[in-house]
Parts: sequence; C-alpha cells; structure tokens
Amino acid sequence: MRLSQAWTIALHDLVLLRTRRSVYVGLVLFPIMVAVIFPLLTRYILETATHMYPSELTSLLDAFSFWFAVGGSVLPGSIASYSIAGEKIEKSLEPLLATPSTDSEILLGKVLSAFLPTLLAIWGGAGLYMVLMDRVTGGYLGYLYYPNWEMAILLLVLSPLICLVSIEISVIISSWVTDVRSAQQISSMTFLPFVLIYVMGEAGVIPLDNPHLLEISGILAVLSLLLFSVSRKTFHREEILTRWR
Amino acid sequence: MIDTDGLTRVFGEITAVDELTLHVKEGEVFGFLGPNGAGKTTTVRMLASLISKSSGSATVAGYEIGDSSAELKLRRQIGLLPENVGLYEGMSAYRNLEYYGRLNRLDSTTLRKNIERLLRMMDLWEKRDLPVGTFSKGMKQKVAIARALVHDPVLLFLDEPTANLDPEAAKMVRDFILELKRDQRTIFLNTHHLDEAERICDRVGILKTRLLTVGTLEELKAQLWGTRTVVRLEHASESIVTALRARLGARKIEVSGNRLLIEVADPERENPEIAEAVLASGGRLRELTQLSPSLEEVYLRLIREEGPAA
Repeated sequence: MRLSQAWTIALHDLVLLRTRRSVYVGLVLFPIMVAVIFPLLTRYILETATHMYPSELTSLLDAFSFWFAVGGSVLPGSIASYSIAGEKIEKSLEPLLATPSTDSEILLGKVLSAFLPTLLAIWGGAGLYMVLMDRVTGGYLGYLYYPNWEMAILLLVLSPLICLVSIEISVIISSWVTDVRSAQQISSMTFLPFVLIYVMGEAGVIPLDNPHLLEISGILAVLSLLLFSVSRKTFHREEILTRWR
Repeated sequence: MIDTDGLTRVFGEITAVDELTLHVKEGEVFGFLGPNGAGKTTTVRMLASLISKSSGSATVAGYEIGDSSAELKLRRQIGLLPENVGLYEGMSAYRNLEYYGRLNRLDSTTLRKNIERLLRMMDLWEKRDLPVGTFSKGMKQKVAIARALVHDPVLLFLDEPTANLDPEAAKMVRDFILELKRDQRTIFLNTHHLDEAERICDRVGILKTRLLTVGTLEELKAQLWGTRTVVRLEHASESIVTALRARLGARKIEVSGNRLLIEVADPERENPEIAEAVLASGGRLRELTQLSPSLEEVYLRLIREEGPAA
C-alpha cells in the first residue's frame, strides 16, 4: 500500500469538507460546546451547592471528560457519510476506482479524511476544556485536576478507537443507503452505546476510572478489528460497482 | 490494443457478457453498440480491470486482465469516462483534473502542462477556476473526458459519452471525440447512438450479451444485405425484368410498383449493364442508385433477430 496515494485522497476529501458547512460547523461546535458548557455548569454547581466532597467533584469531572469520547462516535460519521455514501450517490466513486489506486489506498484515504479532523477537533476541544475546568476547579481542589491519566487514555486511546469504529460502521452503512442523510442518521446511532456507558458511569454501575476505560478500549479494539475486516470486504471495487445500491 | 477471447461475465444466474472475442487495433475508434442491458458497461469494466471476468481472457494495452499484479499498470495505461460523469461539482475544472493527475502520479510540471493543453483544447481554459457545478452538461462531459485523458493514456474507454445530453451538447462532445481521433488515439466507444457510431467509429461491434457482429460499417451492410441496386422506372414492365434477367443471369430482382430492387455482385461493372438493359428493352430510366442501408437498419435487424435481452 502506498501511503502517499491514500494521503492524496485524504487531502482531497479534506478540501471538499470545507465546502460542506453543516459538517465542519458540527465538527467545531460540538467540542467547543462541551469544552465551555461543562466548566460553566461546574462553576454553577460549586457556587450553589451547600457542600460537595472533592471526590464527588472529581467523579463528576471524569464523567464530563467522557463526552469527548462520545464525540468520537458522533463527529466522524457525517464526514465519512459524505466521503463514501456521498461519492457513491454523486457517482464519483467509479472514476476514482478507475485510477491506479488500490481499494485499500482509497479506503485508507477516506478513513483518514474522517479520522484526522475529528481527532483534531476533539483534542482542541479537550485542551480548551482542561484549561477552563482547571480555572474553575483549581481553587476548590487545591490542585489542577487536568491533565491526568484518565484524560490521556480518553484522548489518546478511547477517542481514536471510538472514532475508528464509527467510521468503519459508516463504510458498511454506505454500501446500502441511497442518500447521505440516511447514512448520517444511521451512523450517528453509534453514539448510543457510549451515552449508555456515560449514564452507567454516572449511576455508578461502571466507574469511568482508568482500569474501566482501558477495559472499554480493549473491547473497542477487538470490535474495531472485526469491523475492519467487514468494511474492507464491503469497500471492494467489485462489490461497489456490482452490489452497492 | 485490446484482444479478448471468450470473455464472459456472469452475475448469479444472469450472463451479462457471453463469450466475447474481439480485437481492437491501435489508433482505432471502435464503437460498441447495443441496447440497454446488452453488457456494454460490464465489458468496459472488465477491460478496465474494475470487475473480474467469469471466464475467458483479455489483454488490454499489453496487460492481461485478472492479473492482480498488473492491475495498477493497466489502469495507468487507460482512461475511463463512465456513463455518469461523477465530477466534484463544488471544485473547479482545474482542481478536478489536478486530483486525478495526482492519483495517476504525474509530476507537477507534466500535470500542469497536460491540464492546460486539455482545457485549452476544450475551450475551457478561461473557465478553469469556476466550479464545475456552474457548467452546462456538455461542458461537464468535456471536463470528464479531459479527466480520463489527464495522464495521457494510450487507450480511452468512453461509456455513453453523449447519453442524456441535448443535441447541441452532444455535438460538442462528438466534435471533441473527433479531435481525439485525429490524434490517433485508441478509443473504445460504448454507445447506442447509431449516428454517433456512424460518424465517429472506424469499426463497430454489435453486442447483445453475445457479440452479434463486428466490422466496418460497409462490411456490416454488405454482410447483412449483400449489395443491391435500386432502379426507378417511368413504367416497370415484365419485358424489362426479362431483359435484365437475360443480361445479369441468376440475380434476385424484386419489383415494387415502378421500382426494381436488384441484387448485384459488382456494382461498378453491373450498374452500367443494368442501365443499358433497361434502355435496350424500351424502358425509361428515372433513377439508378446503390442501396445503402443505414447503420440503424443493420442494428435493428440484428437486434430483432436476436430476440429480447437476457
């Protein structure tokens, strides 16, 4: 596989992303909203709560941080949907398949074009979130809570894996949907399991601490490998030209 | 340039292309005619190494199709215009071509030169920075053809290049293909526009799952109809027909009103004899012409003889 060929495809799709305002606005808005709303909410809680133990506050912060992982499931779906289902619908996949590029190079290019901006947006949002949250909670806790290992696992392991799973699901969905909106809607459902994990974390069923985050990451890594093999089979030149609807 | 031997593609229980044996010469414009669902697009996709064959063999631009190690090399030698242009409408014509040039791994200098040459050839150089979405259908089709040519392929596959175009846009595209023909480029043209094939192609093949026939237009006409001369008389009579039979020998002569349809072997030699025989038997000749069936007649006859598509 020639990485330069995949990179040419990814760069092209990233340029096209700039022309799709709804996609890039969502990409930027979600992490910023999470980065700003949660520190504001925390400040409000600290100002109004009669009493709060530091451990209660830190578990609240861990739960808030998890939203950056949830973002990894929501954001890449819309980019991948345009990149794959969009090209299928606009009939630009066939000329692309006729170029001297392998299926893997094209698929990698498409994956990178959804993966990189999502991860950058999440990391950017998380950076802002950590700065704001430290300003809000630093005085109360007596130390800066961020950066910490939990955030490192979330941003460097869990978010990329969730992002990858979401893109792989989008590739599979793209083979049978007939419009981009359907692809986006169906792939956005990927976020449900992660919201469920968040709720379970809040309810104390699954503590969102480092060992549990690593366990979730392990499960996602296995799932990602399984989905990779399915999406690889789905994104096959012959399949695309003869079976994709 | 293209050699196929018994090339076949089956989808489940449906045979899309059956035992196609074909030879396309270098520098030739080959027209591939057939109704919808005849297997033309499937053939192009197999030849462009986009889909696999079920059986048979084919060599395209020196590479065996189905040989995975040669797939990319083969695709570098060919340009493909699919039935749907599939351009990136939000991008300019220049950027569309640039992207495909890069995917074909052209260096920047060659790429710039090729894009400029092609866009100038198509009178689109001045509009190179406008989004393709603002172009007319004919202009888009020309950009799509330029995209297929940006890496200077030796063989160009055009799949229904004038389908869904209005007459003016279709003419624009046809003129462009004729320009390419003057460049001695090998072109494999899928079409069901018979007049297009008649105007552009050196040879045509008629496909309806199976290859029904192949040859130059003249060969096809002669093959199906033989050569016939139409004689229009002021008044056709039995004596004139008898005189013609006596002069020409065992020839098929059909009489329809004052019109005679005579099967001839060598029109150059026999037509003057026909005229002489008519005049000698007292007939008055109004018109004597060589019957030339159109490609449409050839096509329809073959397709109807073959029956409905699979």
